[in-house]
Amino acid sequence: MENRPLEYDYTVAKWFMLTTVVLGIVGMLVGVILAWEMAFPAVNTIAGEGLAEYTNFSRLRPLHTDAVIFGFTLSGIFATWYYIGQRVLKVSMAESKFLMFLGKLHFALYLLVVVAVVGSLLLGITTSKEYAEFEWPIDIAVVVVWVIWGMGLFGLIGIRREKSLYISIWYYIATFLGIAMLYLFNNMAIPTYFASGGVGAWYHSVSMYSGTNDALVQWWYGHNAVAFGFTVPIVAMIYYFLPKESGQAVYSYKLSLLAFWGLMFVYLWAGGHHLLFSTVPDWMQTMGSVFSVVLILPSWGSAINMLLTMKGEWQQVASSPLIKFMILASTFYMFSTLEGPIQAIKSVNALAHFTDWIVGHVHDGVLGWVAFMIMAALFHMAPRVFKREIYSKSLMNTQFWIQTLGVILYFTSMWIAGITQGMMWRAHDEFGNLAYSFIDTVAVLHPYFTIRAVGGTLYLVGMFLFAYNMYKTMTSSRRVEESELQNASPMGA
Amino acid sequence: MDIATLQAYGYFFFTGFLVVLLYSYIYHLYSSQKKGTRDYEKYGNIALHDEVTDQPIEEISKNDEIKK
Repeated sequence: MENRPLEYDYTVAKWFMLTTVVLGIVGMLVGVILAWEMAFPAVNTIAGEGLAEYTNFSRLRPLHTDAVIFGFTLSGIFATWYYIGQRVLKVSMAESKFLMFLGKLHFALYLLVVVAVVGSLLLGITTSKEYAEFEWPIDIAVVVVWVIWGMGLFGLIGIRREKSLYISIWYYIATFLGIAMLYLFNNMAIPTYFASGGVGAWYHSVSMYSGTNDALVQWWYGHNAVAFGFTVPIVAMIYYFLPKESGQAVYSYKLSLLAFWGLMFVYLWAGGHHLLFSTVPDWMQTMGSVFSVVLILPSWGSAINMLLTMKGEWQQVASSPLIKFMILASTFYMFSTLEGPIQAIKSVNALAHFTDWIVGHVHDGVLGWVAFMIMAALFHMAPRVFKREIYSKSLMNTQFWIQTLGVILYFTSMWIAGITQGMMWRAHDEFGNLAYSFIDTVAVLHPYFTIRAVGGTLYLVGMFLFAYNMYKTMTSSRRVEESELQNASPMGA
Repeated sequence: MDIATLQAYGYFFFTGFLVVLLYSYIYHLYSSQKKGTRDYEKYGNIALHDEVTDQPIEEISKNDEIKK
């Protein structure tokens, strides 16, 4: 056998990088269509009355959320795992044929699930549970994909050379365990066809929980999907990529451990804030509020640790668009983890619940924190996996500013819209009669919905710039030597 | 005392216990660093020296390894 020096094998990482970009564009494109539909309802039938079934808001909405959560973000999590995992454990996938096989199988099955999800959601097949719309056959496939990922993850840890697990690995393990537990329990369902002896469609099911219990399990899942999908693995990324790109070790490793355990302990109890003023017991609502506020501490523990990692190196923020992406991501993380707890305070929630302010909060978190961090991660990985410099630094800068403007337009318009909505809903005259009808609020909100659609469109334009830059990096950028890949990523003009 | 009250007390004291555990962990981290038992900060270098040819920050010793 040929005696070649050992190298990391990024095959699976590359495949997942591709799905990150493609599904990111799909998810955000659908999101932009939805935003324009909200502002101008005629867009619902833009493809003609005949196709309205497929283009209306309610059919496309789960496709948007699921494509961004389980398509873009999850692909980003897998891509970075297959990259970071090998590097910080100092073991190559090429060293184990079995792990390599698992990785490839993981990707292949993931793609199949993506096809099944897109197809079924477009056809309107859904359990109608938010972020858990997939029917039971798809749920089973999701569990298989997840278990295969877990086997690969623990397999790689099992053959590692580095004894201590770097903090990012802890976060990936938490992602695996957290989602496994949440997904299994929330998707417990009874297939009606089999339970009833042949009534209805074979794929249809009803939740195993009902009423308030169903709501509780659903929001325990829903909120922690944010925890273990949008927070924990993204923190794993920034703990690796920011130190690596800037050449500065994490400011305080002890703080990173502490913030990890703090986050694990606190996050799981905060989901009750989605059910304030509902039929859930009052003490549970209060607990959800209190834990949401306490959650600021571990969240800021990580975010401040990241900002302090840049101590003495702030000139890099000006000079490197890649560092810019990560610092803005970290800042948005601080911002949305402060905004969330504020919204979870009962008196604030009385105004904010069901309004567009919540939508604004989700999007400053996902667009500003999650997506910026994932794109930064892919930009950092690209020169290392393709052995080419990033195609264009100026394109990166352009993308950064277009998308930053997009996020700002998005969340500011939703703040104003949300608070206006909340105030109008509760306004009443001296006899207690409501001052406004629902349609009055819709008329007032129209300009803000339009601004939101413009913001979303700008962000999507940035996504296309990102995809183009990645494509050129992969295909025609200047080749680089290993020595150029130590810290700051090489970039073309 | 009914079951709900018991649950509430149980919940309260369990939370208190976990808080004590968390603070003990902070104390453990900083005191072992100070006493020199363990240098946690060196693990930050795992991300910086992550080439497959780099020397691990803390190698798995032969005793730790499962027999090959």
